[in-house]
Amino acid sequence: MLNAVREVAEFVLPRPADARAQSDGVPQISGSRYRIASAGQSRTVRRIWLDTFDWRLFRAGLSLEYTAARGNRELVLTARDGELVAEQSMSAGRPRWPAKIEQLPVGPLREHLSGVIGVRALLPVVRATSVQTNRRAFDAENKTIAIVTTEQTTLTEPAKATTPSRVAVAPLRGYQAQAGKLAGALARVPGVQRADQTAFEAALRAAGRRPGDYTSKIDVRLSGDMPAALAICTVLIRLFGTAEANVPGTIRDIDTEFLHDLRIAVRRTRSVLKLTGSALPAGLADRYRPEFKWLGDLTTPTRDLDVYLIGYPSMAGQLIAATEPELRPFHDYLATQRATAQRRLARGLRSARFAGLAREWQRDLKQIAEGPRRRPPAGKFAAERIRRAHTRVLRSGGAIDASSPPQALHDLRKTCKELRYLLEVFASLHDPGEQWRAVNELKALQDCLGEFQDTEVQQTELRAFARKMVAEDRAPAETLLAMGEIAAGLAVRQRAARSEFAGLFATFASARGRARIDSLTGAAS
Amino acid sequence: MKVLATYNIKGGVGKTATAVNLAYLAAADGYRVLLWDLDPQAAASFLFRIRPRVKGGGKALIAGKRPVDDAIKATDFDNLDLLPADFTYRNLDLHLDSERKSASRLRNLLSPLQHEFDLVVLDCPPGISLLSENVLRAADLLLIPLIPTTLSVRTLDQLTDFVADMDRRRPGILAFFSMVDRRKRLHREITEGLPGQRDDVATTAIPALSAVERMSIQRAPVTAAAPRSQAARYYRELWHETRARLGLSQSPPGS
Repeated sequence: MLNAVREVAEFVLPRPADARAQSDGVPQISGSRYRIASAGQSRTVRRIWLDTFDWRLFRAGLSLEYTAARGNRELVLTARDGELVAEQSMSAGRPRWPAKIEQLPVGPLREHLSGVIGVRALLPVVRATSVQTNRRAFDAENKTIAIVTTEQTTLTEPAKATTPSRVAVAPLRGYQAQAGKLAGALARVPGVQRADQTAFEAALRAAGRRPGDYTSKIDVRLSGDMPAALAICTVLIRLFGTAEANVPGTIRDIDTEFLHDLRIAVRRTRSVLKLTGSALPAGLADRYRPEFKWLGDLTTPTRDLDVYLIGYPSMAGQLIAATEPELRPFHDYLATQRATAQRRLARGLRSARFAGLAREWQRDLKQIAEGPRRRPPAGKFAAERIRRAHTRVLRSGGAIDASSPPQALHDLRKTCKELRYLLEVFASLHDPGEQWRAVNELKALQDCLGEFQDTEVQQTELRAFARKMVAEDRAPAETLLAMGEIAAGLAVRQRAARSEFAGLFATFASARGRARIDSLTGAAS
Repeated sequence: MKVLATYNIKGGVGKTATAVNLAYLAAADGYRVLLWDLDPQAAASFLFRIRPRVKGGGKALIAGKRPVDDAIKATDFDNLDLLPADFTYRNLDLHLDSERKSASRLRNLLSPLQHEFDLVVLDCPPGISLLSENVLRAADLLLIPLIPTTLSVRTLDQLTDFVADMDRRRPGILAFFSMVDRRKRLHREITEGLPGQRDDVATTAIPALSAVERMSIQRAPVTAAAPRSQAARYYRELWHETRARLGLSQSPPGS
């Protein structure tokens, strides 16, 4: 078929039941100087629309479609307005989904996607089969001016469904004006409507999915006068929803972010229970805190190894005396350890203990949500907890000086984390601008404390890894030397973080920083 | 991007039929082809059912006020686009004359298209003029249809001398016999003798065939409308000779 310009007018046709104006899926236009051929070329296209679990492409205004027809396979990345961003022939090999970025062929499409999806895998969001028929549209001289494509799409995943038929008018080069008039004539056919959704959006709707329906953020709407127990319960229900949503991906080990999001949801749950558990019915927090600690601990070894493996290329890039091949046995050791840790994690998530926790936790939360409304109100409760956590941060941070032991900074990091969780959990009670500024200032301090502790923990772990590798006879001398270089680099970074701390804390503890928290809690209470 | 021009001082020798069919065959081989109908009579535009009109006329194109790219129309065939004729092309000499570097203006106008097309075919009007000089400077190869008469051969010699006298860039020349009537002894003698004596004369000769004349009724290249016809076979042979002379590979880039 002819190469048409990608400037396309798209229409949705009435359902077949009321398709009086159609013949073979093509609307019959009348009173136009153009005509559409009665016959055309048809082809069946298998289509898979892809995105990451957290909709990174959709949120970036992009849509990625894999198509296979008559042996031609390709991946096409388009912007929401249909503009082509990049495309890649996939004819060299049949791709397997989910796929991570490194599994895609090298080229502009991969380069473009890499910046958007990062470490996340591409998952099939919708699978469908479309029958597309291309017909020529002619002017009075019988010259082709446009290609009219009708498309009938049947979804196979995530649900069996059909989408309304679509008609697209793509002008031939130099015939945009004529094709526009043809599109105008089509728009006047009764029942034919301009498509207000892309084919992907229409497929999602038919499948009953909403784009962007997953986020790891605590997107709940709380109000200051609702009972604190209900507000906390709402947050906990949301957090467990996030945790559960990430369990299958964690078990299948699709990408490292499933486990990361699962861990954050568990950590937030534990903090909410610790910091606000007193507002919940007696005994609830005490009963579940050990269970969530178990769940958190279950996820730690794999995540720690993930952090090493994700950071490996940058770690290897910082080597000065040693080379990457010398460090490679360390990478392989980490990978073996991770495989073992992942198996243990998957077993834990499939266990009766986890299933029991999920069942009972959701049942108890539901009872609280439906139970009697008790004081205090959420706004007042949140303000009081945030103020208390803020005071703790100021007190322990203010006591740190150049001679303080590392433990003092570790303790402050925990206190900061608690304040951060409280701010995030009760975010919907606050003015968004004030909230954003408060979290940002706290985040800068947290990043510094995080760097300080992480580099220390990593140095300790690196020594432990080295000892184990030697014990298992898996560490050539060159590898140990390279690991020594990495340890030295970590020590330098830790020192740098230590020297940055005083300035960052001074900003956080400044009168303006305090006023920000005061205004946040004052407004909420 | 290669530029091929079908050119002759004389009219009615088969320039347009050759341009249209060779452009189609090149496109069918997978080359991205632009055919520029430079003749105000607009026969090539007519054959592709494309209205012979360019917004702003030849003046705007030559002056660069309207990008060449904007005036291009898709034909009904894959990989083949057409820059239509316009009646104002009858004044192209005047418009060219008012430009700086007037003899290489056409070449400059084509240069932005070099990544978009593999081959540009110029269907030239008859005559010798500033436009002809532009064509000579823009083309990599002049394809010259000759009716097999002594006078035509003399014209070819004159043109060859003219090209040889050009300073800087010179196009290649490939003449071929067109509208050959094998019932005529003179046609037979010239077409059988000359290609062996000169390497700028193609071995393929296109006979006078009614299928070629019928193109104006069917309004499509004979190579597309009747690909198994004798006429189509001759044009294919001519295309193969031309392709080799242009230095184009048998498979286009990216295929």
